[in-house]
Amino acid sequence: MSDGFNLIGKARRRVDGRSKVTAGTDFADDLSLPRMLHCKLLRSPHPHARVKSVDASKAEAHPGVHLVMDWTDLPIEFGILPVSQDEQGLTEIARFAGDPVAAVIAEDELTAFEALDLIDVDYEVLPVIAEPTDSLENPEPRIHDYGEEGNIHKRVSLRFGDVDGALEGADEVFDDIFFFQGNTHLPMEQHASLAAVDPQGKLTLWSSTQTPHYVHRALARVMEMDPAHIRVVAQPNGGGFGGKSDVFNHEMVVCKAARVLGRPVKIALTREEVFYCHRGRHPVLMRFRTGVTKSGKITGTKLQTLVDGGAYGSYGVASLFYTGALQTVTYDLPRYQFQGCRVFTNKAPCGPKRGHGTVQPRFGQEIQLDKIAHKLELDPAEMRLNMLAKPNSLTANYLRIGSIGLGECIERVVKASGWNERYRNLPDGKGLGLACGSYLCGAGVAIYWNDMPHSGVQLQVDRSGSVTVFCGCTEIGQGSDDVLVGFVAEVLGIEPFDVRCVTGDTGMTPVDLGSYSSRVTMMMGNAAIQAAERMREQIATAVAKELEVPAGRLVFANRRVFDAQDPEKGMPFRKAVNRAEAMLGTLGSTGSYAPPRTAARFKGGGVGPSPAYSYTAAVVEVDVDRTTGWISVPKVWVAHDIGRTLNPVLARGQVEGSVYMGLGEALMEEQVYRKFPSKLSGAYVHKEPSMLEYKSPTALDMPEVFTELVEDPDPNGPMGAKEVGQGPLLPIMPAVANAVFDAVGVRVDEVPITPEKILRALDRKAKGEEGRYGPESFPEVRWPEPLEVPPPWDGGDGRAVNDPDRKRAAKLAEVKSS
Amino acid sequence: MMRLPRFRYLAPTTTQEVAEVLASEGPDAMVVAGGTDLLPNMKRRQQTPKTVVGLKGVAALRESQNGTGLRLGAGLTLTEIGEDPRVREHYGALHQAAVQVASPHLRNMATLGGNICLDTRCNYYDQNYEWRKSINFCMKKEGETCWVAPASKRCLAVSSTDTAPALIALGAKVHLLAARESRELSLEELYNNDGISYLTRRPHELLTRVELPDATGWKSTYWKLRRRGSFDFPVLGVAAAVKFDAGGGVADARIVLGAVASSPIVVSEAAEMLVGKELTDGVIEEAAEKAGRKAKPMDNTDFVLHWRKRVAQSFVGYALRELRGDDMSETRWNTAKIRFGD
Repeated sequence: MSDGFNLIGKARRRVDGRSKVTAGTDFADDLSLPRMLHCKLLRSPHPHARVKSVDASKAEAHPGVHLVMDWTDLPIEFGILPVSQDEQGLTEIARFAGDPVAAVIAEDELTAFEALDLIDVDYEVLPVIAEPTDSLENPEPRIHDYGEEGNIHKRVSLRFGDVDGALEGADEVFDDIFFFQGNTHLPMEQHASLAAVDPQGKLTLWSSTQTPHYVHRALARVMEMDPAHIRVVAQPNGGGFGGKSDVFNHEMVVCKAARVLGRPVKIALTREEVFYCHRGRHPVLMRFRTGVTKSGKITGTKLQTLVDGGAYGSYGVASLFYTGALQTVTYDLPRYQFQGCRVFTNKAPCGPKRGHGTVQPRFGQEIQLDKIAHKLELDPAEMRLNMLAKPNSLTANYLRIGSIGLGECIERVVKASGWNERYRNLPDGKGLGLACGSYLCGAGVAIYWNDMPHSGVQLQVDRSGSVTVFCGCTEIGQGSDDVLVGFVAEVLGIEPFDVRCVTGDTGMTPVDLGSYSSRVTMMMGNAAIQAAERMREQIATAVAKELEVPAGRLVFANRRVFDAQDPEKGMPFRKAVNRAEAMLGTLGSTGSYAPPRTAARFKGGGVGPSPAYSYTAAVVEVDVDRTTGWISVPKVWVAHDIGRTLNPVLARGQVEGSVYMGLGEALMEEQVYRKFPSKLSGAYVHKEPSMLEYKSPTALDMPEVFTELVEDPDPNGPMGAKEVGQGPLLPIMPAVANAVFDAVGVRVDEVPITPEKILRALDRKAKGEEGRYGPESFPEVRWPEPLEVPPPWDGGDGRAVNDPDRKRAAKLAEVKSS
Repeated sequence: MMRLPRFRYLAPTTTQEVAEVLASEGPDAMVVAGGTDLLPNMKRRQQTPKTVVGLKGVAALRESQNGTGLRLGAGLTLTEIGEDPRVREHYGALHQAAVQVASPHLRNMATLGGNICLDTRCNYYDQNYEWRKSINFCMKKEGETCWVAPASKRCLAVSSTDTAPALIALGAKVHLLAARESRELSLEELYNNDGISYLTRRPHELLTRVELPDATGWKSTYWKLRRRGSFDFPVLGVAAAVKFDAGGGVADARIVLGAVASSPIVVSEAAEMLVGKELTDGVIEEAAEKAGRKAKPMDNTDFVLHWRKRVAQSFVGYALRELRGDDMSETRWNTAKIRFGD
């Protein structure tokens, strides 16, 4: 669908494609500066210990060593969220095995590595909080001295309408417990950072980061420097997936070392260390209680989530809210209650991974719907089609839905997969499963409260006809540079090759909050269109005068500006630019974007609102061997409501990449720990911090994928576009689980869905027990009184009726959304 | 990134020179061919030889020769073994094993000799230095305890070679060259069921070649169990070779299991019971059960050990059914993402 666009909707080679495949892209680890030194971190072998003292004398005496640092050199805490400033560049309290306690800066990496072994750290070993149940049961020792109480980081309780009444009035109530195991991002590129101080004392950090703006802010705090004297450059990332969205201790360490030594200092993490940076998928235990009518309409849902945060806050408060935020945007859900609890444990910190916090409950919700359809003898596709959320509506929790192409997504995968003929009719061992999902197109609020734009774009056009676009957005492999250049070229009627882009550099580009929450196309795109339209207006003014035609009649296309009524009458783009520069002086324009104000005015209502929501439906086919439980996936059909496709090559790549990642999470990936017998050892370590033994699918394991893009343009999207980077992941895992049930009649209510778990469920079924493998119970949590927010149809106004500081909250909500 | 430790590198060009270097350097020297096993181990400080003897320049190790059987130089890469038409035609199990080792890139470097001498593997051992330090190391390197079974007196690291079970099933012998007494032994005799001293090769000996006997009348196969279709070491290998008599009965048979102990395990009882019989469903099931009972995996590889033990029987069954002539290609594709014979 190109709808008269110059470029939009046409398959193009991405602007950075050639340099990516010919090693022309400089990733952070490719950078090298004269006199550069190398850094290695000493990581705690203990899962929980206080550093009593660090004796660095032997390490400092090692030939080639320039500096050894510990927490006393970097005492100021930082963290990505203002409410979780709980990390140090080098830590005084090791909170997981792998937490860095000291750093060596030396002539080369090998020397630095050798010197690590010469540092004597005196630890006071503390008891270990291994699992969330330990966190709930043991308030002491506290992993952090903040949070709600003991080792509970954050609890939330929200009620939208009389959900108890809704369950009582239902024909059937389904009560299911699910577990989603943690997993990690596994980007190809390992994090690397290089810091240098210029002779005037200004600091520059080049880093593998998705969020240079937030790194910039944190550096100013930790370095105690004026932020105007710090520049953070996000090098193109070799994959992010959320794993480079935090501010990292190694970034602080190299900046500090560069300032102390006056020489450039670089660190390049090993794969093991990337597993320790983590910030991946939170392990989540969840309980869904859902009431339905006989015809398959939901009357209400009560959701509880227990979220294992690992050792630090990270994005965790947001992650926790996200586990309860998006249940309402796919299907009609008139009454809804959400209770969530995030705890600290002595494991590498969890954070945002593709689908941030919404993936785990989507898994539970979509399996429960499959169970409901089975029990009510309804077709799972038909049942979903009959309960879709409405376009242009407000949900029970005050999320504003714009366009919703989910119905068409379902219809397309149903048709393509032969669902109506094949579902429940395949031979034993083969099965189909269907599931859906939805995701945000950018978080509605920034990480820190402010009333400035979320994305800014600046254009410079010079008399050569070249256009340079500046934006703080970060190319993490997803193709944001291509999207940026594409919009500018589209509006100005030139070729992408004519546009140069400068991105992700806090010293050179306007602020963009970063590549997270699928916000870039939406926010940067709208800002870029605004900047380009303003530029087009300037050029049109000059051309209109020269050609003596009204500016409104001018067309920008094929590198020309011409009269729509007389296409011969016009001039090349370069000449048009010259006329404009002569008339208006040096050409420049800016554009910016902030999301619309949210309807949610209750505490916690800041997580979930977005300018638009994308939708996906998927059907997965599985093949299960009853003797061994072996599972394989021969084919996946997926349809994604993208609003409008900008570059189909990139969009399909995102969908297929999501299927790949989804199958990894569904079938094998797990970030798990090994506890050693306490009599022999206190060790509690990441079980497999390696790319070989942390199992993620290979190219050979990737099935055939049938991809469809559904275009239902959203009024808020740039040219109608919605996100595609995260949403298509969501339905894959539950669709696999549902397909296993169709294949062999057993439920695996947790991921990863492994052969041994399928076999256990089959064994149970053979013994006459429930044919299921999964968690059996949800532990006791002391939930706070719920905030009561009546849904719109109960006369609510988006505020809580029982908020003790309602006035204050209302005032705050106004400030943040004005 | 991870850096190699410091070491001395020697690059001899003849097998005799290698043997002399090994004789004079003693156990502190190790040979490197493709480096796909040794170099990562050195980066993780699992193996820290003072002297590394490069075999790349030793042309004699890359020779192969036809006779009554087939002689293969230990320095041939696994890609070369996999592509050799003589291997594919007569020694199916070796072909199938070679093409399933690791990934294409690794097979382009890795050698036959390297896979035969592959260090035993264990989830407590194949970790970097810092990780092993945080568990206070293990018996195989720098520590006291075998964490898989703390009461164990011996190391339980797992023999993870794919080619060895196949070669043993094919009746292979290996040649060990030394400055003085060279020797030839059956490949089975090269191994000890001990995760540390898993080879009977002495430090001064160099594995130079593999001798395969004439395979007329034999059919062989190799089935590999691993999580993914590429890259992974086996969590179970089943090599089976059967010689059929004119009437379609079994005249001779060998079944060897890989990755269930610190050495390949020859399961003679299962193989012997096949002799004189036809491979009926019942016979296959009985042999598979006998062989499966020999699989005693420990909790130190991928997958849950009870499950690994349980599926060993299924995989022996797959191998024998394939040798009988059943079309096992769909099972093969589903479990191993590989197709043979087209």
